[in-house]
Amino acid sequence: MTKHTARLHIQRGAPGGAPRIETFEVPFEPGNSVLDGLRRIRATLDPTLAIRFSCINANACKECMMVLDGKVVYACTERLRDGDMHIAPLGNKALVQDLVTEIAPRDERLLR
Amino acid sequence: MIRLESDVLVIGAGGAGIYAAIAAARDGCQVHLIDRSLIGRGGATVMAQMTVAVALGEQCPDHWEYHLADTLKAGRGLCDPALAQLLCENAPLRIREMDAWKVGWARENGHLKQVHAPGHDRARCVYVDFLNTGPAVSRTLRTQLNRVNAIRRIGDVLITDIVVHDGEAVGAVGLHLVSGKTVALEAKSVIIATGGLTRLYRRNSGSQNMGGDGYALALRAGAELIDMEFVQFFPIGHLAPRMIGMDPIMWDPFRYKLGGRLLNAKGEEFAERYGQAESGQYVLTRDVATYAIFKEVEAGRGSPAGGAYLSFAHVPEAELRKAFGPVIDRLAKNGIDLTKMPVEVAPIAHYHMGGVRVNASMETRVPNLFAAGEAVGGANGANRLSGNALTEAFVFGEHAGTAAAARAKSRGASGWNAKAAAAELDFLSGPGSAAAAPNTAALVMELQALMADNVGPFRTEAKLRLALLRLAQMQRELGALPAGGSAHYNMVRLDWLDLRNMLLVAQTVVLAAIERKESRGAHQREDYPGMLPEWELNQVLSYREGKLGLSRSPAKPIARAAK
Repeated sequence: MTKHTARLHIQRGAPGGAPRIETFEVPFEPGNSVLDGLRRIRATLDPTLAIRFSCINANACKECMMVLDGKVVYACTERLRDGDMHIAPLGNKALVQDLVTEIAPRDERLLR
Repeated sequence: MIRLESDVLVIGAGGAGIYAAIAAARDGCQVHLIDRSLIGRGGATVMAQMTVAVALGEQCPDHWEYHLADTLKAGRGLCDPALAQLLCENAPLRIREMDAWKVGWARENGHLKQVHAPGHDRARCVYVDFLNTGPAVSRTLRTQLNRVNAIRRIGDVLITDIVVHDGEAVGAVGLHLVSGKTVALEAKSVIIATGGLTRLYRRNSGSQNMGGDGYALALRAGAELIDMEFVQFFPIGHLAPRMIGMDPIMWDPFRYKLGGRLLNAKGEEFAERYGQAESGQYVLTRDVATYAIFKEVEAGRGSPAGGAYLSFAHVPEAELRKAFGPVIDRLAKNGIDLTKMPVEVAPIAHYHMGGVRVNASMETRVPNLFAAGEAVGGANGANRLSGNALTEAFVFGEHAGTAAAARAKSRGASGWNAKAAAAELDFLSGPGSAAAAPNTAALVMELQALMADNVGPFRTEAKLRLALLRLAQMQRELGALPAGGSAHYNMVRLDWLDLRNMLLVAQTVVLAAIERKESRGAHQREDYPGMLPEWELNQVLSYREGKLGLSRSPAKPIARAAK
């Protein structure tokens, strides 16, 4: 099987700070999702990368929303591909950390 | 530190937790409903694909005692009959209540449609099309929940310990993931509704949030766990080709409606070799199917990815489309055309029969501490019947909510004690470990591989011992103080806290599995084949001063013969 590698350019940082872009080379099998790639980064390269998801693959929890190449997507339903992919947190939600944003309805938050 | 106060604290906002919160509020209590993720989205409920078992008698005559008889039979002699009866007897009330709340159960010819699932003696399972039971149930419960002012819903809070004072539960403490701040939640009664432990396994059909949190909370609080060795594997979890945006247990509904053929690499139907012939109908129970697939793979007759083929190639396209409409398009997007190709399936960790030991009021042996839903052990014995999981979420949730509300009302105050909460709060807000942390995400994956390879559905003493040894090593590698800082959404600290629970809970599964020297239901010992009458007993785990203890308790006799 040919070896596949996605180059993920990920916007990271905390609220108030200047965001930085970090690049990770992620080997993948055809069919892997972007969420698979982010999970692989955490397990093999950098466990501090903040992402949020619950259901892993079913697209049921709707938590893994982020911006891929300028488009809002679910990371679990986008496939990794060879070459450059640019990933950023949702632009219209308050940033929490890295790719995690405040997506809970206001009345379901601890600090309102 | 953020401090909150309520009458009833519900931990976990899936089907059981939401139902419990609604019931407690209905009885006049102020409720806090807490989830580590989003409310009503992060558990197993939202992922349910189809069946909900209930003796409604809409499709054909039925009675809850028939449902009970099937539940007890599936449980292989180990069910707690009182809990199993509660489940079956109250099921019609809850399912009708959900119907009145407009969940949208499938209907046909003016009645609710019920399908015949394996292990049931008749058509008994309601559902929502297409593959939509979980999302529909979650949406319906959230709608009801949002109408109740007495319930405060709070997401992104990870509960890390129950606070116990003078032997009684008085609340809980945890971490607000978004801010990194600690939280103290004072309550007159507490309900654990955190689901099961599927996350302990590499391939699982649950969510990231189900690493057995509630079991660890219960253990550390002084409560007992029961039947921990019984992990249900769903036999036909999707294996290949890689699909995205689909739940791995989605083939179950296909089998309910269309039968389908389970084939080995030679294209042969093989279930008959293991005692249950299929003949185009979906009758294989989960334990037998799991066994059959594993054995075919072992004999070198597995599919390329290491499972079995599931084929619908004999089903006309029009029929596929009639049964599953939009799902056929989602499959096409994944490059799957069922008229032309089979898919590959293999057993996948799906549900846990064991859990927190409770009495018929859903209360643990720690006063004021209750449990509900999959977190409860005992109702399903050694093997759960298809369709009983959502039913128990509703029934046990409602029951626990009612009981916890009664308890809260009988208590003047929570009896909160700052000293009892201090140790865990200091632990959470402290600087943590100064040592270089292991890669916590890698450690989670290693744990999942260890459990899948050595503590799966087929077990041997040697493999179980190996797992136990490695679990102890991993615990040492993890260290006694949390890794990561207290920053916003600190994933390393979150993993560390999860691993603390997952390693403890994994040990309870392995210990109980080593001890049970026979094969029963979901626990199959290759070195001890066959079910033995002397093992008609439940194993109970407890935790004291950092040590797990295991005891035996004779299975409760079935008090009344089912109809």
